[in-house]
Amino acid sequence: MSPDLVKSIFGRLTWDAIPLHEPILIGTFAVVALGGITVLAALTYFKVWGYLWREWLTSVDHKKIGVMYIILAIIMLLRGFADALMMRAQQAIAFGDAAGYLPPHHYDQVFTAHGVIMIFFVAMPLITGLMNLVVPLQIGARDVAFPFLNNFSFWMTVGGAITVMLSLFVGEFARTGWLAYPPLSGLAYSPDVGVDYYIWSLQIAGVGTTLSGINLIVTIVKMRAPGMSLMKMPVFTWTSLCSNVLIVASFPILTAVLALLSSDRYLGTNFFTNDFGGNPMMYVNLIWIWGHPEVYILVLPAFGVFSEVVSTFCSKRLFGYSSMVYATVVITILSYIVWLHHFFTMGSGASVNSFFGITTMIISIPTGAKIFNWLFTMYRGRIRFEVPMLWTVGFMVTFVIGGMTGVLLAVPPADFVLHNSLFLIAHFHNVIIGGVVFGMFAGIVYWFPKAFGFKLDPFWGKLSFWFWQIGFFFAFMPLYVLGLMGVTRRVSHFEDHSLQIWFVISAFGAVLILFGIISFVMQMVVGFMKREQYADKTGDPWGGRTLEWSTSSPPPAYNFAFTPVIHEIDAWHDMKQRGYVRPTTGFIPIHMPKNTGAGVVLAGISVVVGFAMIWQIWWLAVISFVALVASAIIHTFNFKRDYYIPAEEVVRVEDARTEALRSLA
Amino acid sequence: MTPSSLKKLALLPVLLLLSGCDWVVMNPSGDIAAQQRDLIILSTVLMLIIIVPVIILTLFFAWKYRQSNKAAKYDPDWHHSTKLEIVIWAAPLVIIMILGAVTWTSTHLLDPYRPLDRIAPGRTAEGVKPLKVQVVALDWKWMFIYPELGIATVNELAAPVDTPIDFDLTASSVMNSFYVPALAGQIYAMPGMRTKLHAVINKPGVYDGFSANYSGEGFSHMRFKFHGMNRADFDKWAADVRKSNDRLDGTRYLVLEKPSEKVPPQRFASVEAGLFDKAVNRCVEPGKMCQHDMMAIDKSGGLGMEGVYNVTTLEYDKRTRRGEGGIRSFIAALCAPKSAPAEAR
Repeated sequence: MSPDLVKSIFGRLTWDAIPLHEPILIGTFAVVALGGITVLAALTYFKVWGYLWREWLTSVDHKKIGVMYIILAIIMLLRGFADALMMRAQQAIAFGDAAGYLPPHHYDQVFTAHGVIMIFFVAMPLITGLMNLVVPLQIGARDVAFPFLNNFSFWMTVGGAITVMLSLFVGEFARTGWLAYPPLSGLAYSPDVGVDYYIWSLQIAGVGTTLSGINLIVTIVKMRAPGMSLMKMPVFTWTSLCSNVLIVASFPILTAVLALLSSDRYLGTNFFTNDFGGNPMMYVNLIWIWGHPEVYILVLPAFGVFSEVVSTFCSKRLFGYSSMVYATVVITILSYIVWLHHFFTMGSGASVNSFFGITTMIISIPTGAKIFNWLFTMYRGRIRFEVPMLWTVGFMVTFVIGGMTGVLLAVPPADFVLHNSLFLIAHFHNVIIGGVVFGMFAGIVYWFPKAFGFKLDPFWGKLSFWFWQIGFFFAFMPLYVLGLMGVTRRVSHFEDHSLQIWFVISAFGAVLILFGIISFVMQMVVGFMKREQYADKTGDPWGGRTLEWSTSSPPPAYNFAFTPVIHEIDAWHDMKQRGYVRPTTGFIPIHMPKNTGAGVVLAGISVVVGFAMIWQIWWLAVISFVALVASAIIHTFNFKRDYYIPAEEVVRVEDARTEALRSLA
Repeated sequence: MTPSSLKKLALLPVLLLLSGCDWVVMNPSGDIAAQQRDLIILSTVLMLIIIVPVIILTLFFAWKYRQSNKAAKYDPDWHHSTKLEIVIWAAPLVIIMILGAVTWTSTHLLDPYRPLDRIAPGRTAEGVKPLKVQVVALDWKWMFIYPELGIATVNELAAPVDTPIDFDLTASSVMNSFYVPALAGQIYAMPGMRTKLHAVINKPGVYDGFSANYSGEGFSHMRFKFHGMNRADFDKWAADVRKSNDRLDGTRYLVLEKPSEKVPPQRFASVEAGLFDKAVNRCVEPGKMCQHDMMAIDKSGGLGMEGVYNVTTLEYDKRTRRGEGGIRSFIAALCAPKSAPAEAR
């Protein structure tokens, strides 16, 4: 065949794109392939494909979608953490004559992939998953406002994750850092497929994130149970609302800026190029106008989790509810006027820098108020140190340190010496691990019994907490020190041997965190094996205060047989106080949305579109894009979207619960 | 781990911060970096006023109100106290107001664009003639031009002590950040843009300088030595540089600009006048329009459709020079329109 013909069929894709010469990648591929084949074989052997397809993959049930988001996040955490271990190992050995085992070409992909995966495919699915699982239950709703959209959003996120994972084995990932600043990410300096993988994976996942943000806003605004005014909403629902408002207001900016970058790369425009009037500073501004709110998108729901956990496990009403709500709203608004603090060092004037420095500091006031509110919730409480509470206390101690270094970095002249250094790396891991990760883990342990009907194993849970907590200090305190020694980020090789000891300590910390992750998974495995022992028949295993604990664990598909009526903050606590009697008769049929495979299909085709665009296989791109639009249109003609759960079925489920509750009493 | 040892661990960064005497950021040799260091310490101490009590109270409350301690008071419905709320909001507010004032003044005083008014505490910069240095970040090395001395170096920077240094910075291809921790905070060097930094070194010595912003494959080794010297030593150093046979002109610049790693220091006895301005305006290549000219044309209304004919295609492009193939267009200089290549018309 002529080279032209081959090129028109396969685009840029050649055998060279398969990294057969990279032993690390081949090893990884072997492990992933073996693992994948084992899972697929097991699914086939146990004949669960049909069950999986009907009950999970096509499900529009917000609880199942939430669980799938969290599973995705945990899987991607393993990938992102493997990248972290590789970086720690490289930096611990690459001194002087020792080049380490990762050449720059590979190392640069590893740190880019680590950042992208941890933010977009670990942190984001964790918060979206938890919000999906919990928010409708907390507001007394039967599902989210747009159940199919929810399923579609999830699968688009998976599509983005698959696209990133593909870059491991077909071609390569970006070597630009996780925000892909041009001109480095432009065609002139990154002509290969790496940046295209970056763009398309984020664009595909971004569709899901934006739609899921809209979905949850509408759900919270329109679907609260009667009586639940805004100021009676649980704090987690409040923080979810604010987080989703941020998503809807900021993700389109990311989409637009990546579209402009693709336009530069595919169409030869000059938005961010060096010549022809292109302006890379515009990209830096735009990406941070998305990027800074993104930080609060992640941390606000974590704050919400802590508020729920601290009040439940102190058996005490949350201190300063209104203050907490206003603090959240203030953070939401302020998060839009601080973005420039990410590039004080790019030559803005002193007044501009001061403005953004001071607005950044102002955010620490509502954040500080929140910390004090949790503190005074503990005051005169009866604290039960179950695993979620451990994560919360660990968070309070760890996060304030990260907050402090954050305010320090907001002082522009201090930032001039600390920007881009390992001090900065330590700072944002301090707030993201100490805040977001601890928060999400607390939330997972806290709501796990609600989702599955049994608690997780507390021994492994506590072990996981201590490994993470101690591992975090070992891994990142040395980075603070290195930053003060003037060591910059993203360096793959050092000459100064006196730095090595700090990197070795940091690598040790990363190994401790590895044990933390293993223990985290173990608490699920052991919890599952001992599920009879840890079973929760009451639906309210922790003495909860919000509505989700009023229904059974796991909740029925319809969540609530009757929509509850709310009178007070902490609705379920209030109901328990007033001697609420669960209705046992008078059930009527319940209107519910129907499962559909359209989400899987649309997201699957989107991955093909992305792949074709990355490799410039134009015929495939056109065909798959047409197929994508056609499938979306065909789905609109699917009128079998809803059904009624018959009253008899509701009676059966509710009677079983009545029976279970009676047997406990 | 007991709560008390956890507390110690939490305070570890602070203790280290105060004891970190041999860490360059905490113990710099230039007045600007020293003031930036002082600001780090001041801000940290200010914030510790809040942070330390919070950490101590967290651990104390966690211990005191544990479930097994039945002696502790339990008040499940206590959830509001106006006095406490005022303190909760006011305490951080006061700290941030102080810090905000410090930020406003220090950001203006330590603005890298602002010429120095002192070279050390109590020593005015008046009457000391600053040394001008022009910095170009190349893939992956640093070029330093001393326009007043008419010399240039690659990956070697020197300056006399107690003399203000007036840096102009740009880059040839991608973004880098110029950073000598012992001297002063960093500032980005970016293509098509000019940034500035004013700094002074107070102690003779050899210091590390590098790029603090990831710029691709050779980034890790984009390092140079900065020599702080006594005036006499510096004059001798400059004289040594002049002994080199090399001249830095546009042609040489275009060769140097090609990607290379771990480049040993190079010296140039003379420099083409205006080379830095051409680098900033991206017109070192002969026949290419400078950006300031392009902007001037655009400012006065542009060339209209006729301007299309000014986009020419020559093999100047970096991808070509990097050996990656592909021909990209650029805008030709307007000074000699009649002699422009025929295919451009």
